Order: sequence, then structure tokens, then C-alpha cells
Amino acid sequence: MAEQLTGDRVPTVIADDVHVVYRVYGGGTGRGSATAALDRIIRRRPSVGVREVHAVKGVSFTAYRGQAIGLIGSNGSGKSTLLKAIAGLLPTERGKVYTDGQPSLLGVNAALMNDLTGEKNVMLGGLAMGMTREQIRERYQEIVDFSGINEKGDFITLPMRTYSSGMAARLRFSIAAAKDHDVLMIDEALATGDRDFQKRSEARIRELRKEAGTVFLVSHNNKSIRDTCDRVLWLERGELVMDGPTDEVVRAYEKETAR
Amino acid sequence: MSTVSETTHDGAVAVSAPPSPDDGLSAAELARKYGLAVSGARPPLGEYARQLWQRRHFILAFSRAKLTAQYSKAKLGQVWQVATPLLNAVVYFFIFGVLMGARGHMPKSTYIPFLVTGVFVFTFTQTSAMAGVRAISGNLGLVRALHFPRAALPVSFALQQLQQLLFSMLVLVAMLLGFGHYPAASWLLIFPTLALQFVFNTGLAMVLARAGAKTPDLAQLLPFVLRTWLYASGVMYSLVDQLKKAHSPGWLIDVLSANPAAVYIDLMRFALIDGYGADKLPPHVWLLAVGWALLVGIGGFVYFWKAEEQYGRG
Repeated sequence: MAEQLTGDRVPTVIADDVHVVYRVYGGGTGRGSATAALDRIIRRRPSVGVREVHAVKGVSFTAYRGQAIGLIGSNGSGKSTLLKAIAGLLPTERGKVYTDGQPSLLGVNAALMNDLTGEKNVMLGGLAMGMTREQIRERYQEIVDFSGINEKGDFITLPMRTYSSGMAARLRFSIAAAKDHDVLMIDEALATGDRDFQKRSEARIRELRKEAGTVFLVSHNNKSIRDTCDRVLWLERGELVMDGPTDEVVRAYEKETAR
Repeated sequence: MSTVSETTHDGAVAVSAPPSPDDGLSAAELARKYGLAVSGARPPLGEYARQLWQRRHFILAFSRAKLTAQYSKAKLGQVWQVATPLLNAVVYFFIFGVLMGARGHMPKSTYIPFLVTGVFVFTFTQTSAMAGVRAISGNLGLVRALHFPRAALPVSFALQQLQQLLFSMLVLVAMLLGFGHYPAASWLLIFPTLALQFVFNTGLAMVLARAGAKTPDLAQLLPFVLRTWLYASGVMYSLVDQLKKAHSPGWLIDVLSANPAAVYIDLMRFALIDGYGADKLPPHVWLLAVGWALLVGIGGFVYFWKAEEQYGRG
């Protein structure tokens, strides 16, 4: 309905000066002696054992419907943290994120349990993402077939801890990709599995993009960024270095990292 | 990096686009215009309760999964669900029934079911509290990966403990039959008692989950608090008899026997054990049982909800 107001440019995600700070206990220079710790507790001073990691420092951007946005930057530059903040999974220290509907991060890894069978994990992962039981039952065969787990025998009824790392990664991706999303965020998911599975997952992501309003993709693979994204945000040390069309930003990034 | 960093902060709108009437708007105004909501904001209480109800299948599946995962590496597998409480009961039987003889005024055939009921019912609250304090802090990965009302975690852990208790109850029933306590109409009181205790435990788990998310150290402290609570709840002896023997003041007896763990344990004993009559229950016992459940259940839910948007910060 809002589309009629301004043509195509309907914002779906607005990040307004977003800061994310992690607090790490037991980091830093240690806790000192027990009496010193007690003293701090009594005086209600923050412990020296707590270290603050300022992972995202004032990032602002507006994403529009239909865009596929890549996030690039070196390891630890705050890409994944920014995605989690957009999804509302990590509270922001300052600034705000506004979104259209509920953005979903493509990742159910944390909900799955290695001691359960693949079968039960499909159900658990789907429920954790907010699918109903009927939806999962409907898509169950699709998920199993897509993962290719049963190609080499009946593995889906074995506990996940017996899977090879590649098989587990494939099942995780298949479960995560089974749901349709408004705003979809993908964190390095394209790197899972063998060549054959990678091709299948790229195709699935393209499909998801068509259905989703906006797609975010974190990847260290510049080729998959070029293939899937039309806009790129380049983060370094928690700051937005560059924001623009894919070619321009990736070229600048490659120039920077080639040095 | 220096060469491009000039384009940083105002670069956000630099994606080649025709000028639009939105250009002059601030982020908040733009968000309002298109009806965008703040991501990760806390929903109102009623809406939150509704979302939680929508996730009931996840809560149930998660608690079951945790329960089965516990013993999945053991060769006997799920047999341990029953074997663990059974072994516990056997140990108590040998120590208190065979070695030490009966206690107080109670014959052995009453004392052992009395003890085992007390231990199982208290363990239900104890393990719910322990699981609750780690519900958020031990599942940060899950909290940071997926979106769901966070109360699903403490509720799910309390539910897991309820299922565990049901296995223990099987053992308890077998034991009661063995000691000659046969099913009577009073056994129906098990259900309201368990329901009330479950509501109480869930509330307690939610309170502790919020506290434990902020201060993970509580997980170290809690076992000591719980052990003190165990001794103050008359799990292994009749609280009232012992306190009277020690000439404790009347108000202390009243306060200790009104504590929620003692109330639920006493009700369960009253329901199951022949010869543990209503005279052993504190006054207004059902009022206390319902009161504790509502107070802690609702209070814990509201308390947990108030920090909903804070969970996940490490």
C-alpha cells in the first residue's frame, strides 16, 4: 500500500546510528584478588574483569524493498553483529533499528541438538523458527531431499552427532531455508557442503530473494557477493567504510585488501 | 582504508537513486511514514503472552528434546528416566529404612514414602530453579540466533522438570503400593498440587532466568540457597515435630511451614500417604498453595517480560 506513495523506494530496514557493545566477563587483566573483587561489589563499581567490546560503532543506512545487500569486511569487523542487531537479537547500546515485519537470520544452528536424530531436529528447528507443525510436516520430505542426507542411506533417523560436518551443515541449511521470510539475512551460508550442494543452495537463495522483501548476505566470497547482491556495505572495525553499488564497493575493497 | 573513508557517514543514501520526497526526513520520521517498527522492541504484556502461547509447540518440543538428549548416549537410553529416581529411592530405603530405622513417631512403612515424596517433590522445584538460572545465560547462542519470546526458555526448562517428575512419580507409586498405601480418592489431589507447583516453579524459573542473565554468578550461589531451603522445608523430617522438640517460637513454625516448598510437599504427602492426615497440614494450606502459585507465577512472568529486550546482551 505504501508503494503507491513513492514508486519503488519503500524502506524495509532503517539503521539509525547503531552502536553494539559486547560485555565480556573474565577478559582483560583478570579479576585481581578476592578481596579486591569484594571491595568492588560493596562499592558497586564496575568490575575490572568486564571488558567492553565496541563491535558496531554508529552505522546508519536505509535498505529498500527488493534490494539484495552484501556485507563485506575483514574478520571481526562487525558484520555478523550488525545483522544480529538488525534482527533485534542483540540489543543496541545506542541508536535504533526500524524494520518492516520481523527480519529473520538464516541460522537455526543453535536450536539443534547433536544428540537428537536428524528427523527430530527438522521438527525442532522448524518450530524454533516459528513454523507450525503442519507447515513442517508438509515440507519435511522437501527438507530431507534438499539436504541430500538420505542419499547414502537412512541417516535422517540417526543422531546428528554421527553426521560428518558437511552433512550436518547441509541439514542445518536445509532446515533454515525451508521458511519464507520478509527480510532475510544470510550469514556465510553459501559456503556449506560440496559443489553440488552449493549450487542447489545458491538457487534456493535466489528463490528466497524473490519472495523476501530484502536480503542481506554476509560473505567472504566476493564472487558470491557479486552474483547475488546489487548493493554492498563495507564494514571495518565496526564502522561503515563504504556503501554503494556492488561493483564500486567490491573493487575498492579488493584494492584495499590486495595491498 | 583512508582513501575511501570520506564517503562514510553520509554515504548511506548514496545508492544511485532519483531524488525522492523522503530525502529530508530523519530516520525516525521515515520509519513512521512507512510503518516500520523498532526491531527487538518489547511487545506489550498481552501481546507477549499471546506470542508465547503461539510458541507452545516449540516449548513442548524443546523440553522433550532436552529430556531425551540427557540419556541418549547411555546404552540403556531412556530406561534411565525411571532408573535414576528408582536408584535414589533405593538408596534412601537402605539408609533410612534399614540402617537407621524409623524416625520420630512414624513407622517405617510411613516414613520411607514420606521421605521419598519429600525428596521427589523438592527436587522438582530445585531442578527447575537451577535450570531457570541458566535458561538465558546458558543458551545465549539460541537467544542470539532466533527470534521468539524469551520466556519460552524458562517455561520449557520447567516443563522438562515436570516430565522428569512424572517418571519419578511412577517409581513413587510403585513404592507406595509396596508399603501398603493403596490408591484412594485423595490421590486425585496429586493433579491440582502438581499443577500449582508447576506454575510456582515456572515463575521461579523466570525470576531466576532474568537475574541469572544479568549476573551469571548466581548459578554458583544458588545451590547453597537451595540446600538451606531443603532443610527449612522438612524434606527428611517432619518440620513441625522437629521445631516443637527444639522449643521454637510459634511464629517460626508458622513461617517455615508456609514456605512454598513445604506447602507443596505436605499436600503431596497428604494426597498419597495413608496415615498422613489433615492434622499435619498447616492452616489454610490450599490458600497458601494457590497464593504462592499465582504470586510467583504471574509476578515472575511480568518481571521476566520487563527485561525482554535486554536478553542476549553478553
